[in-house]
Amino acid sequence: MNIGNLIKVSLRALNNNKMRAFLTMLGIIIGVASVITMLAIGQGSKKSIQSQISEMGSNMIMIQPGTGNMGGVRLSGESQQTLKLEDYYALRDKTNYISACSPTVNSSGQYIFGSNNYPCSISGVNSDYLDIRKLSIDEGTVFSKQQIEVAAKVCIVGQTVIKNLFTNGEDPLGKVIRFNKIPFTIIGTLNEKGFNSMGMDQDNIVLAPYTTIQKRILAITYIQGIYASATTEADTNKAIDEAETLLRANHKLKASDADDFNIRSQEEISKMLTSTTDILTILLACIASISLLVGGIGIMNIMYVSVTERTREIGLRMSIGAKGRDILSQFLIEAILISFTGGIIGVLFGLGASLLIQFAFSWPVSIQLYAVLLSFVVCTITGVFFGWYPAKKASQLDPIDALRYE
Amino acid sequence: MNKSIIRLENIKRDFIVGEETVHALRGVSFSIDEGEFVSIMGSSGSGKTTMLNLLGCLDTPTEGDYFLDNVAVSTMNKNQRSTIRNKKIGFVFQSYNLLPKTTAEENVELPLMYNPSYTGKERREKAIKALNDVGLSDRLNHKSNQMSGGQMQRVAIARALVNDPVLILADEATGNLDTRTAYEIMVLFQELHKKGRTIVFVTHNPELAAFTSRNIVLRDGKVIKDAPNERIESAKKMLDALPKQED
Ligand SMILES: Nc1ncnc2c1ncn2[C@@H]1O[C@H](COP(=O)(O)OP(=O)(O)OP(=O)(O)O)[C@@H](O)[C@H]1O
Ligand SMILES: [Mg+2]
Repeated sequence: MNIGNLIKVSLRALNNNKMRAFLTMLGIIIGVASVITMLAIGQGSKKSIQSQISEMGSNMIMIQPGTGNMGGVRLSGESQQTLKLEDYYALRDKTNYISACSPTVNSSGQYIFGSNNYPCSISGVNSDYLDIRKLSIDEGTVFSKQQIEVAAKVCIVGQTVIKNLFTNGEDPLGKVIRFNKIPFTIIGTLNEKGFNSMGMDQDNIVLAPYTTIQKRILAITYIQGIYASATTEADTNKAIDEAETLLRANHKLKASDADDFNIRSQEEISKMLTSTTDILTILLACIASISLLVGGIGIMNIMYVSVTERTREIGLRMSIGAKGRDILSQFLIEAILISFTGGIIGVLFGLGASLLIQFAFSWPVSIQLYAVLLSFVVCTITGVFFGWYPAKKASQLDPIDALRYE
Repeated sequence: MNKSIIRLENIKRDFIVGEETVHALRGVSFSIDEGEFVSIMGSSGSGKTTMLNLLGCLDTPTEGDYFLDNVAVSTMNKNQRSTIRNKKIGFVFQSYNLLPKTTAEENVELPLMYNPSYTGKERREKAIKALNDVGLSDRLNHKSNQMSGGQMQRVAIARALVNDPVLILADEATGNLDTRTAYEIMVLFQELHKKGRTIVFVTHNPELAAFTSRNIVLRDGKVIKDAPNERIESAKKMLDALPKQED
């Protein structure tokens, strides 16, 4: 039988069982549509994270004590004390590629204002910190050099903290809040920044002079980290090298010794985050692929039923001259038609769902051409693959047995 | 001397069912010439269907040789037998075996679909002509489930005729029909016989065997009687003699 006739015969068979053909297609439609939508969501969030990170300042450098790798082993307490104020002074004064630099020391505790009580950490930093983290003052001022020198009990607060402590809408400027019983005078407030890409509230923050935290709260002389800015984004790597050499010299490390600190750039973090979203994307794609697979099994199931149900028809066709390969092609084309049509409808649904998610929920969505092509090809292949086996079985039937089939 | 179309030489066909072997045919030999109208009779289980399947190249003998148009069928492979069935044989089944939800014309076209030498137009023309020949020219677009048993059997006969087969095989083609309709079908077969077609007709009914030109009787897989019919009855006359239907 030629291909035109075969298609005609298969179309007629599908037409005779419209509902069943549609239900089979539904599996494929859902599979393809979910692959496209899931990948669009995955890639969309990856892109939005990338753009948020570059907004945060791509020339930021973070130095932490210890030898730990990114996200790696937990560090021992001892190794965490390797950064000293001298390291900060050296980076501030003896480098060419570092434009701003701030030590950090953190402590967590309770804030009290009036009858309000709010748990939050306090960060000891210097005034450069605001530039490095792209924070800006809303009202008031940053702490002065003099306030840092004398370890003044002053602080700058973020909007979330203000909301939680000043519930009656008082002006926070000049008010005294207590952090673990130590009174701090608010000299400035920060502009709202919102949530970052990891879902952290960037306004849930209190800044104080690092000296104050070291002396009055933690009673330590070492520092917990250093934030710095490279002069330009392009110079980030040079700045990292410079900082590393300087710190190794400061720490008197031999050539064979490993670093007792680690330096990360915003770029690396961005890579780490995007690799996380890549994993998310893969995960979503896997889930979607499973539904595609289930759709394929649906095709196989229907083809089996269809072959069994039409055993007599197969017998008749054979008795009037159909060859095995005619029967094989007939059922195979049926499977291809189902998966092909299902695939096209699935693509349309997938695109529609992606756009709907973008407009209705304003989620970042990025439709991937490769996802569209891939899912379509995969769906057709699954359809053919799962349709082939029952079709093959049909083509191997013995005409007499098929005719006798009840 | 007539040309022989079918020649069977000591045909045996065994079926193995579990541990047992059923000898459906135990050495059958005969030949059928072109233009003969042969009836095959015999009790149930005597091997009639088995033999017809062999004649129709749907099955192969366990032993013995079968020559169709002087070609040994046993030397052919599956695909060659399919082609033979498609070009030389027309099958009429007791249970019609029409495709469901399909019109008479499309059912009749079916054998030609598997023959690449016909175009769509030729197929349609031939199908319409075949349906005409069986008296169904007004039922071309009726679907199988919209026709009576007799009409469906006529469609099945038209389907068996459409490829101009050298051999028409009918297995109890009238078994499901009332006497009147059965006679009508026999009229059709006799007309085909007159036009020179070779027909092998399996039946239980001796009355119908009287319309054929030769009677073969099987018992337990063997031929026990094979004789030409001296007095061929006319199915047309018998039909006319039937009392008019009183509803
Ligand atoms: N596929 C098969 N498998 C096993 N045994 C079979 C098969 N086909 C036929 N037989 C056996 O072969 C013998 C002859 O069967 P066949 O169908 O040829 O009889 P028949 O003469 O057509 O009978 P009926 O008049 O009832 O149709 C029977 O005993 C039957 O059981
Ligand atoms: Mg029988």
